[in-house]
Amino acid sequence: MSSYTAHFKVWRGDADGGGLQDFQVEVNDGEVVLDIIHRLQATQASDLAVRWNCKAGKCGSCSAEVNGHPRLMCMTRMSVFRRDETVTVTPMRTFPVIRDLVTDVSFNYTKAREVPAFVPPKGVAAGEYRMAQQDVERSQEFRKCIECFLCQNTCHVVRDHEENKEAFAGPRFLMRIAELDMHPLDAAEETGLNRAASAQEDHGLGYCNITKCCTDVCPENIHITDNALIPLKERAVDRKYDPLVWLGSKIRRRGQ
Amino acid sequence: MATGTTPTTPVTEASGGRAHGRAAIAARHLRTDRWWVPPLVTALGLGAFIAYATWRAFANSDYYAAPYVSPFYSPCLASNCTSMKGGADWPLFGDWWGLSPALLVLVFPLGFRLTCYYYRKAYYRGIWWSPPACAVAEPHAKYTGETRFPLILQNVHRYFFYLALIVAGILTYDAVLGFRDPSGDWGHMGLGTVVLLVNIALIWAYTVSCHSCRHVIGGKLRHFSKHPVRYRLWNRVGALTARHMLLAWSSLISVGVADLYVYLVASGAFDDPRFF
Ligand code: SF4
Ligand code: SF4
Ligand code: FES
Ligand code: FES
Repeated sequence: MSSYTAHFKVWRGDADGGGLQDFQVEVNDGEVVLDIIHRLQATQASDLAVRWNCKAGKCGSCSAEVNGHPRLMCMTRMSVFRRDETVTVTPMRTFPVIRDLVTDVSFNYTKAREVPAFVPPKGVAAGEYRMAQQDVERSQEFRKCIECFLCQNTCHVVRDHEENKEAFAGPRFLMRIAELDMHPLDAAEETGLNRAASAQEDHGLGYCNITKCCTDVCPENIHITDNALIPLKERAVDRKYDPLVWLGSKIRRRGQ
Repeated sequence: MATGTTPTTPVTEASGGRAHGRAAIAARHLRTDRWWVPPLVTALGLGAFIAYATWRAFANSDYYAAPYVSPFYSPCLASNCTSMKGGADWPLFGDWWGLSPALLVLVFPLGFRLTCYYYRKAYYRGIWWSPPACAVAEPHAKYTGETRFPLILQNVHRYFFYLALIVAGILTYDAVLGFRDPSGDWGHMGLGTVVLLVNIALIWAYTVSCHSCRHVIGGKLRHFSKHPVRYRLWNRVGALTARHMLLAWSSLISVGVADLYVYLVASGAFDDPRFF
């Protein structure tokens, strides 16, 4: 075992203000950033606020920014830094800070509630759903999401433009719409809800400029942009900009 | 997220220094790596190609060296085209068109690449800086993305994809003509033939790996299990789509090289080595 002393800068404060505070702290082989934050709590700053739970990259609680990169603290090994490198840890920028490294992520719950739920198919009782594996595969990739909200935090649409929060659901919840739209048994269409068109009209899909930062930061390596956002944009095109589909719907409407 | 998240701090606009209750961090970003390298390389790469392509598209000369035609000038649709033996010179536009015939057809590949999901990412990041890199603040005060004119027009990408299939078909024909010798007899192969073949292979790979192609082939389906053939095709295309960025750059370079090769041969700067 070898250990050394590292220079940490940790953001401390609350909604009224705050700043980076310097620490010299011991680091041992095999540790992750969250271990060091815990050591600070145990030895130097007992009131340092940090949210965490599993320490295994599965609960999505410990999201923060390490040297400017949105990351899970428990999945960021200290070995990726040089020993003389200053490690700066700050709370997620896009959400209101509660205290120190803890932010108020309720924006995401609001957005989650705005997505209409799965619509059960008529005439098939719960428990009788039968789906082929290849039909559910795409949605299953999106189910890996641990709701760490790092993608929501990194997306420049809301990170750099607070005023877009109202109109934009963010990658995580646009992906949720894609998941339901690709679901083999979702019956939303029968109730008059076209999820792809609504993603564009009601959830701000058009704000996404497919610059892929959500994909870059996702700790579950979900291909958010390639497999959810771009397909969703293509589905919206089917609905809204395909002249043949448009003509077809005009003719059908006239016939009614 | 599993933990309780009831906010304990009321979110007020008036919070010290920083609006909306966000943590007070003044720096635009705290990244310590060289995040500016990828956008810079992208901007330089795109800029170099645009400069070269503009020069060649307006040059209106040295684009045909039998049996090779530059991909910038094919199909050649005006009467002022050099005559190409059996090639794609169809004077559909007649003789009122006095400018370079390349301008008539370059619109299609240009539109295709301009609205391509990969190139959009590349120039939004590299040129428009929206954002320059992840978690690096963009320099613009307002942002509406692709929600309104003109960027909402990016949605026409699918139709450029259909047109790109036609262009790729014609360039394939040109590549096949590379197996004729300068006087029009079959059974010839030169370095130029190889250059055109490699180029058309990359163009096809890029075109087929298009996200719109992936959608049209099978992505729009709800039940893959009912369409086994399309499902398999969708998987194949998806494997290429994952490499779309690589194919975008390699086909961009190969188009430039193919044109440059024809230019060098046509202008007499270089003799096409002949294999048989
Ligand atoms: S790809 Fe779209 S949703 Fe994802 S970070 Fe970029 S703009 Fe946001
Ligand atoms: S999609 Fe990825 S980055 Fe976004 S919340 Fe889920 S796990 Fe986190
Ligand atoms: S503590 Fe659970 S993801 Fe880091
Ligand atoms: S060509 Fe790039 S996405 Fe269509």
